This record gives sequence, C-alpha cells and structure tokens, in this order.
Amino acid sequence: MTDQELQRKSIELRKTLLRVIFNAGAGHTGGGLSCLDILNVLYNRVLRVSPETFNDPHRDRYVQSKGHSVEALYVVLADRGFFPSSQLDTLCHYRSPFVGHPTRKIPGIEMNTGALGHGLSICVGMALAARMDAAPYRVFTLLGDGELAEGSNWEAAMAAAHYRLDNLIALIDHNTLQITGPTREVCCNEPLDEKWRAFGWTVRTVNGHDFAQLTTALQTPPEPGKPTCVIANTVKGKGVSFMEGVAKWHHGVPNKAELDQALAELDAALSVASVS
Amino acid sequence: MFTPAAKATAEKLGLTLGHPNLEEFAATLEELARANPNIIAVTSDSRGSGKLGPFGKALPKQLVEVGIAEQNLVGVTAGLAACGKKPFGVSPACFLTARSLEQIKNDVCYSDVPAVLAGISAGVSYGALGSTHHSLHDIATLRAIHNISIVVPADNFETHEAVRAAARAEHPVYLRFGKAPMYTLHKPDARFEIGKAITLREGTDAALIATGETVVHCLLAAAQLAERGIQCRVISMHTVKPLDVDAVLRAGRECRAVITAEEHSVHGGLGEACAAALLRAGVHVPFRIAGIPDEDTVTGAQADIFRHYGLSMEGLTATVTAALSRIGPI
Repeated sequence: MTDQELQRKSIELRKTLLRVIFNAGAGHTGGGLSCLDILNVLYNRVLRVSPETFNDPHRDRYVQSKGHSVEALYVVLADRGFFPSSQLDTLCHYRSPFVGHPTRKIPGIEMNTGALGHGLSICVGMALAARMDAAPYRVFTLLGDGELAEGSNWEAAMAAAHYRLDNLIALIDHNTLQITGPTREVCCNEPLDEKWRAFGWTVRTVNGHDFAQLTTALQTPPEPGKPTCVIANTVKGKGVSFMEGVAKWHHGVPNKAELDQALAELDAALSVASVS
Repeated sequence: MFTPAAKATAEKLGLTLGHPNLEEFAATLEELARANPNIIAVTSDSRGSGKLGPFGKALPKQLVEVGIAEQNLVGVTAGLAACGKKPFGVSPACFLTARSLEQIKNDVCYSDVPAVLAGISAGVSYGALGSTHHSLHDIATLRAIHNISIVVPADNFETHEAVRAAARAEHPVYLRFGKAPMYTLHKPDARFEIGKAITLREGTDAALIATGETVVHCLLAAAQLAERGIQCRVISMHTVKPLDVDAVLRAGRECRAVITAEEHSVHGGLGEACAAALLRAGVHVPFRIAGIPDEDTVTGAQADIFRHYGLSMEGLTATVTAALSRIGPI
C-alpha cells in the first residue's frame, strides 16, 4: 500500500471513528485521532498478523496499552477484516463486546487493557516468551505520553533493557495533551527521548502522521540487544480543525453539527488526497 | 510454631513434622519444570525467600528475575502466559496482592491467562516485621476479583498437590504459602482436588473449618476436645474460592456449632465466606470466626500472633468450648 493510499485510508478511518463515537455517545475522540495513523501503518504495513493468522503462535503481537483509544483500534481491525464494520454500531451498548477498552472478546485483540501502565510489562513477558521459544515474532505496544506517569512503565522499561529484548517495540503517542491539559503542565515527563535512552532503549523520533517516517522507524531492524522506542509526535484530535490540540476532546463526543463539520473537513481532505 | 503441649498432642495423633510448605512448593515446581520447559518461575528479587535458589541454578532459562518490581512481575507473568508459557509469579504475598492488585485483576484475571501467582510468607509468617509485611487482606481482595481460584494448602501433601493442580489449570490460580514447618495431616491415600474440601476428622459436636497453617491447630484442638468427650469435625478448606459449599452446609446441618479458622483478617476471608454460604442456604448454627481482628495487628513470631488471637491449639479449644457452652450440655 502506498503512502497516498494509506493517507486516504486514514481519512476514511477517521470518518468511521467519528461516526462510531457519535453513535455510541461515548469515546476517546482526541487520542483516537492522534494514534490512528500509527495503527494504520502498523496493521497495513508492519504487523505480521491477519484475521487468518491470528491464531498462529508466531504472529506478531500488538498490545494497546493506551486502551482508552480503543475506537481507533476497532476501526482499523474492522477495516482489516477481523470483524464486520457493522458490529461497531454496538459500541458501548448493553452487553455489546465492543466496550470502551480493548478485550480479548474482540477478534484481533491480544489482551484486555485500559488501566494505564500495564501494556509494556505484558509485552516484556511476551517478548521473553518469543525469546525462550526462539520464535520470530515481534511484540509492539502503544503507550500514551500521559500514561508514562505510571511508574510501572519504568519497571518494565528497565526489565526490557536488562533482558536485551530487541524483539520489543514501544510506540509513544506523543500528543502532549492529557485529560487535564498539557502533559508538561500536569506532571512534566519530558524529555522523553533522553529518559528512554537512559533506560537502555534505542529511540527513534518521528512525525506520527507521516507514513514514510513511521514505516522507516518501525521497519528498520533494531539495534542488536536493545528494545526500540518510537516516539511518534502527534496532534491530539488530528484531522479535525476544532479538535486539534484541544484537551477537552480527550473524551469529548461531537454533537450532530460538530460531526457534520468534522466529516465535511475530512471529505475535503480526502478530495485533496485523491488528486495529489 | 507449636507449644510443647501442641507437640505432645501431635505426637499422640501420630503426626510427623514435615518441612515448610514453601520448600515443598519450590521442590514441586522444580520437579514439574524439569519435565515441562514451558513452566517458568518469575521472581522479584524473591528467589531466596521463595526457596527457588536451586530452581534458578538447575533451570536458569526457566527463571525470570525482574528485580524489586511486583507490578512488573505480574504483568510479565501475564505476558508469558498469553504466549504459551505456564508462569508462576512468586513474591511475598503482602506485596504481590496489594501493590500488584490491579495487574492481577486486569492482566491475569480479566484477560484470563493461565498464570499462577504464588504468595509466599503469607499471613503473619513475617509477624515480627510489622504490618507492611503481613498479608491479612489477600484472600478478601482476591475473593472479590472474578476468575481466580484461591488455594491455601495446609501441609506438604496439599502443597504438592496444589502446585501440580495449578500447573494444569487453564485459568488463574493464587497459591498462598507460609514458611513454618508443617505437620503432615493426610493419610497416604488422600485425594486432592481444587474446590473440594478434605475432612480430616469426623464429629458432630462442632465443626472446625480451617485453611492453611491454622488447619493443624484445629486438628490438635479437636484431639484435646475429644479427651473431654467433645467430637469435632475438622475440615481442611484448602480452596477458599471456589468454596466447597456442600462441605460447609453439611457441617452446618450436622454439627452443633461451626468455627472457622484462618491466618487472615476476619473481614472477607474464609469465615465470612462460610457464614454467607450458611445464611444463603438458611442454615442457622452457632458460628465463630477465628482470625485476625480489625485492629493494629500485634507483632511477634507467627506462633506468638497465633496464640494472641486464639489461633493456637489452646485458643481454638477454648473457642469451641465457649461456643458449645452457650448452647447447653451435649
């Protein structure tokens, strides 16, 4: 899939994400939009996993530690054919398996997540299992930058470096905003790159909305014996002018007028992407 | 752990003193791991406390050390389990089930991976170290979390069998061990199954339902009481969840009083589980819970704390006597 095709797909997926959240009346809009390009690249270029191979013990593993952005994962998995897109209409409905955080009840999802600071430890265990079995699979996780305030992440980061887990890749959705406001103001955790390097990781910093940069960062072989951290600089609410960089859209749900405006903006972007 | 009188009673019963359940756990795990390379021990600077030093030397590729990081220990354990391993996360019960409770709830139980968590030096095994090192909450907290069995073996036999059963389990299991040498309570032909209580002694005057390292004290108390003509049923409720409700109801219907015993807070543990089972079934019977009350827990050796709170042979004998005296003569 070309960069342009990925770009068009991301716009379509953003439209679906907004419709799904609007229908549910709940969701994490801002973070979903910020990490959507990352997930698009992962599932359409990088991860060796598909609906047909999801039970293969050698499939690549992806654990979404920032579980609240599950709507973005749902729309990407549906697009990849893990389940029919129509099922997304049940998001957050009574007894629907499509709840507001990832669960293994949904085809394509590896672990139940949602409480922050859990995914990286799980992935350390998965990467160790791959090492023990001399298996070829890689393990990926997506963390929020605000999530990094959870101390358990750093326990896991130390262990990953200690065990030289070069089959482990942690992506940071570095959108710089959390529910209360800018992460720098809530409880500053910058500079992220220096912290991860100090913990023994290879760090690659990219534009998290640039498909070529993301692809290069994720497909470049790891430094032998070192886990890889990809800091993806992103924009919370990416793709919708009035949501971009606004903390209230962390879990803000658009009303009908806002949805229509957002979809119109995305349609316009799609037109540009189609002719460029 | 045992007074001279208790030792004399154990001798009369023909009980032999074994080793700490913790040592039995470690030996059994090593035995299983030698035969199954997918069995992994995960430790948080706890291989010494967990008696897993020999395991680590014999099977270094099957031991993962994460350092003093219990949250990471449980997450790593869950990740290993999700990728085909049979991991045993081993850490002092006080830390494992408090600091890492969210990882147990979400990564292990909610995700439903076949992990085993072994809480070592549980209850007041670290009695003199203070409340930071006591685990009097773990049964209560884990009872309230869906999808985990809670197994508290009473002796080396139950420990051996519990570890083997946990290694076969397809869903999460919590094992809880103390570090005092334990008398062997079972006959060689005893059978162990998670969720099935074992009756160690028959009787209908009172039922003593106990778990873990308090079971032996109940058996000794029953022997003392028998000398006075009081016949007690003694039940080892090694599995607190799922509770063997049938065994509890039979005890409530067939005995004149029910006394539970546990090395745990009286809130939310075995005693309240049994009380709820009896009440739900409409079985009304004089009932006592012997455990650690809701107070600033006294410190000292485990034996001191047991005596202080009536969990020793002498204390349990007195509790049964008191319960029956309120009912009237036999």
